[in-house]
Amino acid sequence: MRNVWIICQKELNSYFTSPVAYLLLTMFALIFGFFFWNSVGYFNMMGLESQMRGQAFPMSVNEYVIRPLLSNVSVIGLFFIPMITMRLFAEEKRMGTIELLATSPVRDMEVIIGKWLAALILYAVMMLFTAINFAFLFRYGNPDWKPLAIGYLGLLLQAGGLLAVGTFISTLTKNQIIAGAATFGVCLLLWVLEWVAGYETATWAKVLAYFSVISHFESFAKGVIDSKDAVYYLSLIFLGLFLTSRSMESLRWRT
Amino acid sequence: MITVQGLTKRYARTIAVDHISFEVQKGQIVGFLGPNGAGKTTTMRILTCFLPPSEGSANVAGFDVLEQPMEVKKRIGYLPETPPLYPEMEVREYLTFVGKLKGMSGQSLTVRVNEVADRCAIADVQSKLISKLSKGYRQRVGLAQAIIHNPDVLILDEPTAGLDPKQINETRELIRSLAGDHTILLSTHILPEVEQTCEQVLIINKGKLVATDSVHNLQNRARGAESVLLEVEGRDGNLDPKIIQSRLERIAGVSRVVFKDTRNNRSSFEVESLKDRVIRGDLARAVVEAGWNLNELRPAAMSLEEIFLQLTGTEQAAEAAPAVEAVAQGEER
Repeated sequence: MRNVWIICQKELNSYFTSPVAYLLLTMFALIFGFFFWNSVGYFNMMGLESQMRGQAFPMSVNEYVIRPLLSNVSVIGLFFIPMITMRLFAEEKRMGTIELLATSPVRDMEVIIGKWLAALILYAVMMLFTAINFAFLFRYGNPDWKPLAIGYLGLLLQAGGLLAVGTFISTLTKNQIIAGAATFGVCLLLWVLEWVAGYETATWAKVLAYFSVISHFESFAKGVIDSKDAVYYLSLIFLGLFLTSRSMESLRWRT
Repeated sequence: MITVQGLTKRYARTIAVDHISFEVQKGQIVGFLGPNGAGKTTTMRILTCFLPPSEGSANVAGFDVLEQPMEVKKRIGYLPETPPLYPEMEVREYLTFVGKLKGMSGQSLTVRVNEVADRCAIADVQSKLISKLSKGYRQRVGLAQAIIHNPDVLILDEPTAGLDPKQINETRELIRSLAGDHTILLSTHILPEVEQTCEQVLIINKGKLVATDSVHNLQNRARGAESVLLEVEGRDGNLDPKIIQSRLERIAGVSRVVFKDTRNNRSSFEVESLKDRVIRGDLARAVVEAGWNLNELRPAAMSLEEIFLQLTGTEQAAEAAPAVEAVAQGEER
């Protein structure tokens, strides 16, 4: 456990002493701010319209602002995850520092979990920026906080899974760009897989759609913890970390 | 401290290390000499548990590298060919990180970082970013990293590669000062480096250990001392090898006579000369004058420098190869 924390600290340090973390956070804050602004603007317009028509419009901030925004975040996250994970192992391999880690009295799994945890913490910090925006909703409106909390849990689970996959891909190459591009491709594919369910109802389409990360997020966005979806994300985390450890192991037999 | 037996490392098509065996005693500095691509780095990577061996066993500081890698890793310091540095860290931060990785913490780690920084002469750059350091400083930070947890065994892969002459001297000085507390195995392809820093030398070529010797012998040989194999037969009846030995020892210029074996009244010896003395003629005369048969007289070994030059690929390398092997066999006996 101590070793996990040592590695995690080191990774966080290197995120925050280089421009990487700041760049990612700034970009994310800008993009999410824009989404938030649009979403609230649209919500206001609908509110005004329903007032003018004299109809009682069901004005739920949770349903019309928070829920779609959370879904947006889960998609935006797909674009940021490769940038978080691409350096984790590729950089160590390129610099030769992997030899230091591999010849220190630290287990492979401790290194892997430490790195993955650091990536997850950076993602969580990104989520803090969304919390600043949501705080305005609580200041001027009266949304329910529980669905939002569950939504955040879902985001972290989803990110955990994709970050684990990204960590694995980063062990496969010395080149950060290759690791990043490959992770991006996989993330994108895991997103669009669910589209087949739109026109095809055969079993294979259902199976394919099941593997889509986004479809499992819907329940969390609604504020519901569906054990089926939670299990999917947890399995993805375990699969990713397991593959990473296998890949580290095979590194020793190959190089 | 280090025991290696029949160590072999195979890759898909090539054999990087081919059944090598050697031993390093506690507190010794041993040079691992060989041309580039001879298998030095691979051997070192196996000893540091970075790579698993394909065959054979390696025991470091009392623990097997395959069975108890964690125990081995706690007791070794390793400087790979390129020092494993994080450019975005400051020197002090880096040493503290490595110390923690090796299981140190708190006050004792702080004290040790200061000690090591002083010892490796990097105290003045402690708060500099590693990316801003010169090659010489980086190498020393790498060395500091290897000794931070005061390991029993130090494994240094070409610690002076790429340094300027002044830095090379400083680094050698530093390594020599580390001996005694630590058992050191260092690799190099520079012969004088071994002479200056090491007590024992292992010569490796194409994955095979071709010679092991003390540096003292290496110097003797390199400076023209001669080693001769001699077979003597008594003419009438049995002849006591001890008589032959004492006769040979009396010849001027002979420094050592080693009795090998006796078969059918034929006794063989290895005779070493003092530096710069040619003794073959005197040996032959002495044997004949004593009334014995001289069955065989041939040089036992070339100078290590010659061997090494051939190993490193000069034009005679091909034709001299069998001779090198003969030497290797002679050494193993």
